[in-house]
Amino acid sequence: MSTYDNNMSLTGEPPKALNTGQKLATLLGMAGLGILVLNLFNLSFPNSGLWLTISLVAIFAGIVWFSQAAYGHKSKGIKNDGVWFKSMSSRGVLAWIAGIALTGFYVVLYFYPQYLGLVKDGDNTGVIALFDPLSKLLSGNPASQWFVYGALYTVAILAFGIKFIWKYRHNTYEKIRTISVMFFQTAFAFIIPEIMARLNGDLPYYDLKNMWPLNYYNFERYRINSFVDGGDIGLAMLIFGVLSIFVISPILTFKFGKRWYCSWVCGCGGLAETAGDSFRQLSDKSKFAWKVERWVVHSVVVFVTLMTTAVIYSYLGNDTSKYWLTKSTFLIGVGSILTLVFAWVMIYKRQELQKDAKYGAIGYFVIIAALIGMHVFSGDGNIFVFKSETLRKSYSFLIGSIFSGVIGTGFYPILGNRVWCRFGCPMAAILGFQQRMFSKFRITTNGGQCISCGNCSTYCEMGIDVRAYAQKGENIVRSSCVGCGICSAVCPRGVLKLENGPLEGRINPTEVLLGNDVDLMELVNKK
Amino acid sequence: MEHIVIIGNGIAGVSAARHIRKNSDKKITIVSTETEYFFSRTALMYVYMGHMKFEHTQPYENWFWKKNSIDLVKGFVTTVDHKNKKLTLREGGELGYDKLIIATGSKPNKFGWPGQDLKGVQGLYHRQDLEKLEANAPNNKVCKRAVIVGGGLIGIELAEMLVTRNIPVTFLVRETSFWNGVLPKGESALINEHILEHHIDLRLATNLVEIISDENGRAKAVTTDKGDTIECNVVGLTAGVSPNIDFLKDSGIELGRGVKVNRFLETNIPDVYAIGDCAEQHEAIGNRRPIEAVWYTGRMMGETLAQTLCGNRRSYNPGHWFNSAKFLDIEYQTYGWVFSERGMKDYEQHFHWRHATEKICITVSFDKNTKKFLGINTFGIRMRHAIFDRWLTEERGVDHVMEYLKDANFDPEFYAVYEQEILAQYNAEFGTSIVPKKKSWKRIFERV
Repeated sequence: MSTYDNNMSLTGEPPKALNTGQKLATLLGMAGLGILVLNLFNLSFPNSGLWLTISLVAIFAGIVWFSQAAYGHKSKGIKNDGVWFKSMSSRGVLAWIAGIALTGFYVVLYFYPQYLGLVKDGDNTGVIALFDPLSKLLSGNPASQWFVYGALYTVAILAFGIKFIWKYRHNTYEKIRTISVMFFQTAFAFIIPEIMARLNGDLPYYDLKNMWPLNYYNFERYRINSFVDGGDIGLAMLIFGVLSIFVISPILTFKFGKRWYCSWVCGCGGLAETAGDSFRQLSDKSKFAWKVERWVVHSVVVFVTLMTTAVIYSYLGNDTSKYWLTKSTFLIGVGSILTLVFAWVMIYKRQELQKDAKYGAIGYFVIIAALIGMHVFSGDGNIFVFKSETLRKSYSFLIGSIFSGVIGTGFYPILGNRVWCRFGCPMAAILGFQQRMFSKFRITTNGGQCISCGNCSTYCEMGIDVRAYAQKGENIVRSSCVGCGICSAVCPRGVLKLENGPLEGRINPTEVLLGNDVDLMELVNKK
Repeated sequence: MEHIVIIGNGIAGVSAARHIRKNSDKKITIVSTETEYFFSRTALMYVYMGHMKFEHTQPYENWFWKKNSIDLVKGFVTTVDHKNKKLTLREGGELGYDKLIIATGSKPNKFGWPGQDLKGVQGLYHRQDLEKLEANAPNNKVCKRAVIVGGGLIGIELAEMLVTRNIPVTFLVRETSFWNGVLPKGESALINEHILEHHIDLRLATNLVEIISDENGRAKAVTTDKGDTIECNVVGLTAGVSPNIDFLKDSGIELGRGVKVNRFLETNIPDVYAIGDCAEQHEAIGNRRPIEAVWYTGRMMGETLAQTLCGNRRSYNPGHWFNSAKFLDIEYQTYGWVFSERGMKDYEQHFHWRHATEKICITVSFDKNTKKFLGINTFGIRMRHAIFDRWLTEERGVDHVMEYLKDANFDPEFYAVYEQEILAQYNAEFGTSIVPKKKSWKRIFERV
């Protein structure tokens, strides 16, 4: 390794410089961003509507122009030349600067929105005031830090979505998938909730595609109240919220794998696939990382389940005559659902799980014990010694803010673009569990064609060592796979294909690959 | 405990080691001077292009070898003493063995061209060649032009690599059309066009005469048999490879172009075996060449020999031929046998379809008398290995292949499909009226 590195630093000057078009485009985009930064320092601009438009258009146009300059003159095909030479995409100085800037932005956004110009009683100032005209246009209300964030988020997905489509213009799967995330972000996450707020002020702000447990606050008291106060539509939304996780998502995941959500619909996934695309190669592929991933993400699932149960438990009553759902019925209900799932897995899928089953069992019993504990030891909003509110607040702080925002997105340029989805998202873990256990989706390995080159593993944003399966001729069935399709795209030998097929033969561990002696394959693979 | 020593840590040697480990607790030692750990040779190009770092080309994490108790020795074997079952290492020391596997791979061909050993002249095979290239051609200021000699798979990969650093490339190809000793003319023509699209200066039917040195012993130009002199800073020699077996010259092990082996991959010396690129079959197997310098065959020989060494003696008996490559942006796969005009069997007939605008084509080969399907080449369409393997085993007719072609498509979801178009042309050419069957999961996954 060392001699090679020396060569690189002494004589190497691989292509990493930007061309003129890319430089000018960066200038334009940065100018747009500059307007926002100036506003941040309260150099308030008159005519904020105009300046906001200029700023957003400049950012958008800058990114699109950059894409055109980067890919427009090149032939269709894989565009990873120089990825590991460029500072931005190989954890160089630029990446660290970007990472620190993004992290800083998230810290301010979550914990110090006043520095963005949020004023609780009175007119906003700073960059939030700049967004007031747009917010008023959509919902009639002044902007909040979340509106600013939502607007920038949408611009990022749209503009970088165009970049992604340009980059993968030879690949129809990638194009359609990207148009889908662009649509769901713009319509469902950004515009529809604002318009609904305008039409019916009682309804809670609801991004319909954002289901529990990703949307961990969906069943909190104030939201349930406003759903109920929101009349038929409110009630329909509440029912949809429950159906989303218990009925709709299992069916879709069975048919298509969790990709229907994680890389086609989800906003976090949308940002990761578009703005985060340049960082997908940074994910950690080691077996150690995989171990950490499974422990952390499943702990989050346990955490969110307990937290939500505790929160709902805390506002339910004990009197069946007032409302059928009481504290005890609720706990029994939660316990029953978990028991059913656990029993089903242990009975039917034991073979596939092997030693993971043990960890699953631990998780299950922790939850059940906690549920019983709640019933026995709690009273007056207390869960054991904690207040349910404390539990909720810590979840919101640790997972909702620090993990998904500060680390998840702020660290894109250092840890890769799917850190949150891989290590933190309880939704992804639940869908992943379904995908692993009960889905038609797999990445098929094409016989014996793999040459172990490693492009698939390198460009897997979820850190799956795709090659480890492909070189054994084995299909890839992994709970973390979000179905982005990039492993298949970058494979130089046409080995990988995402597809929804029959359950039989979906998981096919092999020892000797297709193409060798048929008797040998028979002998070894039937063992 | 029996000690198995493997010389060479490429795909053949490592496959053997892995499978011996699966089936036994024998002591295994792999000796290599190239790198400490196994890497994918086919991926070297991506390191120069910046798609991957070198460590990404290593299929197993570094702890893998210790965990599976496969000992790795970095060293160069200078002699094999089979009487005393001992290897001598250049670095000093000896290594005893009970069974020896020679899996030393290939080295680039040099055909005695004047100037072939000058500085700036290199092949592309070993990890060290990548380091050389990084020094010889880091950018287009140091390397103002590169000349590549030899129009095969490595040649076009080297051209692709250099183009990513905006280095002008002149590509000398002996044949009248790119790789037409292997590819039928329609496909070869398609690749010619694609090479030109990438602004590579392709010179067909052109041979290297001499590499001219500057005052420092570095290549500064080449002359061709067309009378041209081409100034350049780097000359890539990619006219094929041959077995890397010089160290065995006086060992007593029977050598031809490679290490001579029988169908059991045994050499003339007991307990010495050879697999992969460096092995040469006494007699070719089917339509295969006696020396198969292909990733897949190296792996298969390793898988097979491991069985033999673990007490289940088996001959190397590969299944249906398959291979793949990528020419710049165009993926190529082949299943069964499709020969070029040069190597075509007298019973062989081709059906060729090419897309009107895109660089996509297929060639289907079949027996002109019996209409038995013999093989397919595909460019820009991915096909299912398992399906073609099955059709070859079942000795299906070409009409059957055409009718069920949709089952074989392996392109990503939502890609444009071409079976209708292909079949329309097939029907028109052969006066058939085949209607394509819809894709069926049941057929695709049925067990043969």
